[in-house]
Amino acid sequence: MLDPVDRRILVASQDGLPLCVEPFAELARALGLPQTELLDRLRRLRERGVIRRIAAVPNHYRLGFLANAMTVWDVDDREVSRLGPEVGALPFVSHCYRRPRRPPDWPYNLFAMVHGRSRAETEGHRAEIAALLGNACRASDVLYSTRILKKAGLRLALEPPASPEMSACSA
Amino acid sequence: MQETAPTLAPAPFEPTPLERALLDRFQRELPLVPRPYAAMAEAVGASEAEVIEALARLQAAGVLARVGVTVAPNRAGASTLAAMAVPKDRLEAVAGLVSSFAEVNHNYEREHRFNLWFVVTAANRGPVEQVLASIEARTGLAVLDLPLERPFKLDLGFPLRWR
Repeated sequence: MLDPVDRRILVASQDGLPLCVEPFAELARALGLPQTELLDRLRRLRERGVIRRIAAVPNHYRLGFLANAMTVWDVDDREVSRLGPEVGALPFVSHCYRRPRRPPDWPYNLFAMVHGRSRAETEGHRAEIAALLGNACRASDVLYSTRILKKAGLRLALEPPASPEMSACSA
Repeated sequence: MQETAPTLAPAPFEPTPLERALLDRFQRELPLVPRPYAAMAEAVGASEAEVIEALARLQAAGVLARVGVTVAPNRAGASTLAAMAVPKDRLEAVAGLVSSFAEVNHNYEREHRFNLWFVVTAANRGPVEQVLASIEARTGLAVLDLPLERPFKLDLGFPLRWR
């Protein structure tokens, strides 16, 4: 579980670390914590998987990756656990998740975000995923993003979760 | 704020060798030490001041979204990916309504019958469902609720393949 101090740390650090010589000391001062405690807590949150990464996050559009697509696949339930990690291991896939189907509107259970500098490049990536999935895939589609309408860091509510759902999706 | 992509995007930013090295090597993990930029500088053979300056330049150019913490989905709360098939003439209004919820942190237009995709995040599942129900009630349109069941790869960046 996250204690209130952990939550405050996550809320305060999502917008980015200050670009100064001692960024964690500055963040610690803002939170009223000793720097050693802040660093210890960040390490523990990272070890527990609450923090996925503490890193430089590029804006791929500005670097010329203009053809960003969500590729979606209807993969045999008996095969998806084996094939999902293989799709995720492809270098042009940034995230890959299993999600529920919602028939009849939505038959797809495997999602892979694919990035390319052009649609031709991205279609090539998509063909590679299709080849990897082979007969285990019954149908697929591709959804290019045309507009980013809102993109913000995760806004964590400061109150703690009321239920044990925190672990529900943390496979 | 609204970014327009891809047709009206500005020309790609051309990073210097130091900027490339920083973007390549630190998409996954920053050293968790009191002077992380000094540790990065050592790894790429530059000075601490040069690293801080390069990161500031990348941030000002919009190439670096941030140097910071990314929280794993569903570990610090609950979230879902939601989709709607919105008639074209209603898209602006519905997208505006969706973005107006503080619980919506990403909202994308995509080329598909399901043309509006957004992520709803809250402290637990209850408020996530309330937001979806409220959007359905106020638009009269169905919302697909597609919560993550299992991650096969989390967003850890990807090779930038400079050219």
